[in-house]
Amino acid sequence: MTPEVEVRHLKKYFEVHGGLLHAVDDVSFSIQKGTTMGVVGESGCGKSTLGRTIIHLLESTDGQIFLNGEDVTFAKRKQLKELRQKMQIIFQDPYSSINPRMSIEEIIGDPLRGYGYKKKELKEKVAELMEYTGVEERLSTAYPHELDGGRRQRVGIARALALDPEFVVCDEPVSALDVSIQAQVLNLLMDLQQQRNLTMMFVTHDLSVVKLIADHICVMYLGQLVEMAPTDKLFAHRLHPYTKALLSAVPSIDADHPVQRILIHGELSSPINPKPGCRFAARCPYATDQCKQPQTLEELETGHYVSCCRAREIN
Amino acid sequence: MLKSDKQQTEVQVKRKKQSQIVMIFKRILRDRGATFGMIIVLIFVFIAIFTPLLAPYDPYELDATAMLEGPSLKHWMGTDELGRDVLSRMIYGSRYSLSLGVLGSSLGLVVGIILGSMAGYLGGIVETIIMRICDIMMSIPGTLMTIIVSAVLGTGFMVTVVALSIGGTFGRCRMLRGQILREKGREYLEAARAYNCGTVRIMFSHLLPNVISPLLVGFTMGIGGTITAAAGLSYIGLGIQPPTPEWGAMLTAGRDYLRKAPTLILFPGVVICIFCWCVNLFGDGLRDTMDPKLKN
Repeated sequence: MTPEVEVRHLKKYFEVHGGLLHAVDDVSFSIQKGTTMGVVGESGCGKSTLGRTIIHLLESTDGQIFLNGEDVTFAKRKQLKELRQKMQIIFQDPYSSINPRMSIEEIIGDPLRGYGYKKKELKEKVAELMEYTGVEERLSTAYPHELDGGRRQRVGIARALALDPEFVVCDEPVSALDVSIQAQVLNLLMDLQQQRNLTMMFVTHDLSVVKLIADHICVMYLGQLVEMAPTDKLFAHRLHPYTKALLSAVPSIDADHPVQRILIHGELSSPINPKPGCRFAARCPYATDQCKQPQTLEELETGHYVSCCRAREIN
Repeated sequence: MLKSDKQQTEVQVKRKKQSQIVMIFKRILRDRGATFGMIIVLIFVFIAIFTPLLAPYDPYELDATAMLEGPSLKHWMGTDELGRDVLSRMIYGSRYSLSLGVLGSSLGLVVGIILGSMAGYLGGIVETIIMRICDIMMSIPGTLMTIIVSAVLGTGFMVTVVALSIGGTFGRCRMLRGQILREKGREYLEAARAYNCGTVRIMFSHLLPNVISPLLVGFTMGIGGTITAAAGLSYIGLGIQPPTPEWGAMLTAGRDYLRKAPTLILFPGVVICIFCWCVNLFGDGLRDTMDPKLKN
């Protein structure tokens, strides 16, 4: 079965003062139709950049992007237009991601402009989307500042769904919301996924969220993929030293068995002109000279990939 | 059931359609200053349109028997050095002054918007070129610039409009660019790009409404500034030529008779002041009504 979305050796470098910033460095993975890929990692590890590069908001430096088995890396003009219809994005900050000068129905209907909808059809479509995402009909002529964060995010979701996409990148869609609202929005996203058979890439730094929503998880560290596995497998058995440290940060509600925190020391190394080899090596308790060689993503168990030369020894 | 649902949505459509224009109007009426400004400006516009019906005399008719007279029942605003009726000249002058002010300021605004949004949104080499041109133009004092252009191009009405608009254009361009740079990182623009909005549509229907308000205030203030700048041009013999009754030209002509007939500069001066002030009041109100946050 061809995966819905696949990236191979995707790279995105930014030219910055002092060299090249390797925001996404040689990332390969695939997402099956109707499933969710969770992408986790700390701030600045390139997870948002990865999402934006896949949906062509940013131009990739190198590598390939496939949608339904078709190479769309260099899509231009007409192909790009079709492509963007199929791939949409939901943003992190519902306060800056919707236009404050447009009314709610204008915001949701805006993607549909230019597709030959008549006024009435557009209106119906917008009403349908609003009902679908749980935005009250009375708000159609309201402006964004009259809405709370959760409703704004619903509007953002409705707008992303307007073009009926197959693949949606969720760029930390709940991290700016209150916890109670987070749950509502997450439920909405999961319902939508089921109903529409959406393929999602869910970028987040919140591990409890990703555990709930994702089928597969990939862990990123400074632009590189360090570990990738089905969610339950990863939470049950983590192989990469960084993943271990990261997952140990999830607080436990079981008072009798508190999680053994693995603290990592040292500073995040710079993603500008990085040295070859494992980027986590400088902070890794298991690092040896071997780690200075470039690492490859290896399938240690079925479906469980890890990019660490010492993974076998330390587990 | 379905039918009633449909009817309901139609009712809502209607309400919304009415509201757009009526609501703005209503909101202006709620603001006393803006209402006052709007009424006075409308009166001026009315006068400019119905000039021939309102003016008691021919503005060009000389009367050697009544020179430099003060206000009287016959000549409400007195007469000037050639015995022409000042009131009639003021009324005729409103045509020239109003259109000079509005056109000059609009031209500056439109060119400023186009250049500024290109520089701010497109960035890169386009931005560098436009901003360097702005730097060069702004290093020359605005009045001097207007004089140079006017001297080179001549003294027609449209030429004067162009000359007057140049001073403001580049400042607006720079201001808009700054606004856009502030707004550019916002995600709704990125979202628009993700759903296939073209660059022009993003610039004009997403970005511009969010950055335009300071420019609108600048525009209304510019109307007053342009009228006074036109007066300056007339003074040095450029711009609108006598005997055309333009307010600024009348003001400067009256200067020579300050002692004998102070009303000659009093009336044009006061009228220019009142008009500019009211335009500003109206402009402020208009800006406020366009901000959705202040809508209730």
